[in-house]
Amino acid sequence: MKNIFYILIGTFFGIVLFKSEAASWFRIYEMFNFDSFHMYGIIGSAVFLGLIGTQVIKRKKIKSIQGQPIHIPDKNKSFYRYAIGGIIFGLGWALAGACPGPMYVLAGAGFFPIFIVIAGALAGTWIYGLLKDKLPH
Amino acid sequence: MDWILEPWPWYVSGPLIALTLFILLYAGKFFGMSSNMRTLCTIAGAGKTSSFFRIDWKDQKWNLLVMVGVVIGGFIASHFLTNSPGPDLQEKTIAKLGTLGITSAGEAYLPIELFGKEAFSDPKIIFLLFVGGLLVGFGSRYAGGCTSGHSISGISNLQLPSLIATIGFFIGGLLMVHLLFPIIF
Repeated sequence: MKNIFYILIGTFFGIVLFKSEAASWFRIYEMFNFDSFHMYGIIGSAVFLGLIGTQVIKRKKIKSIQGQPIHIPDKNKSFYRYAIGGIIFGLGWALAGACPGPMYVLAGAGFFPIFIVIAGALAGTWIYGLLKDKLPH
Repeated sequence: MDWILEPWPWYVSGPLIALTLFILLYAGKFFGMSSNMRTLCTIAGAGKTSSFFRIDWKDQKWNLLVMVGVVIGGFIASHFLTNSPGPDLQEKTIAKLGTLGITSAGEAYLPIELFGKEAFSDPKIIFLLFVGGLLVGFGSRYAGGCTSGHSISGISNLQLPSLIATIGFFIGGLLMVHLLFPIIF
């Protein structure tokens, strides 16, 4: 039952990503050219509502479906890892036209060259694991 | 019901992404797509090469199931819920793409030049796609999250690191599109 629940959430999210065109290379290119409000509207409205909802969850101490307090861990304080890692991510996001969520969407949609991108992402993740201790964080 | 088949406007899509975040929080989980890449490396045996991958992947099974769902969602949306060939871009964007040699705007969901069947027979395209993925995979783990984990969930939780990461995402994207694309394409 639980397994089906998670698959269904993912299916819903995947449909939203495809139908919003957030999974389209063209929309990412358009966003970085400031040619349309579309992507800014998607991210902006998601963050705006996410912010309100997350603060309500925290202030009202809303419990999860299992009856546990919802605990959202804070990110570790640092600058370099977020700035450098973020810029590297952004370079790839614009080149491949896809961040991780849309990569899975496009695999399902049948754009097979996306598997080259996914192979690259797995390799990049692995390389990070190998170099982690040598990088400034 | 025709609206379902049309591209969804931002004011429908954005709130539905926020809803995805809330459902996962209510389920006692978090919203983060790139951590699945780490779990997949762990399953592939990366734990032998780095302690970073020595995690119990079964703790992350729920997120892998979400990922499987996202793949299914992509299949359903592209096969049954779409009647338009691709994003309806403005003339100025189409003109800029033209200078890069990308002329499939408006005809396809993704540029045919990069994601068409010929991609597999062009070493340059294979290289570009692989490097794009490499940067996303490396960068998201270095930054500790991607668009979902930082830009949506992290900023919603008022995390300064997530704001720094998101600004980084944009700096990287702008550098790629404005400085590197004219050289690459």
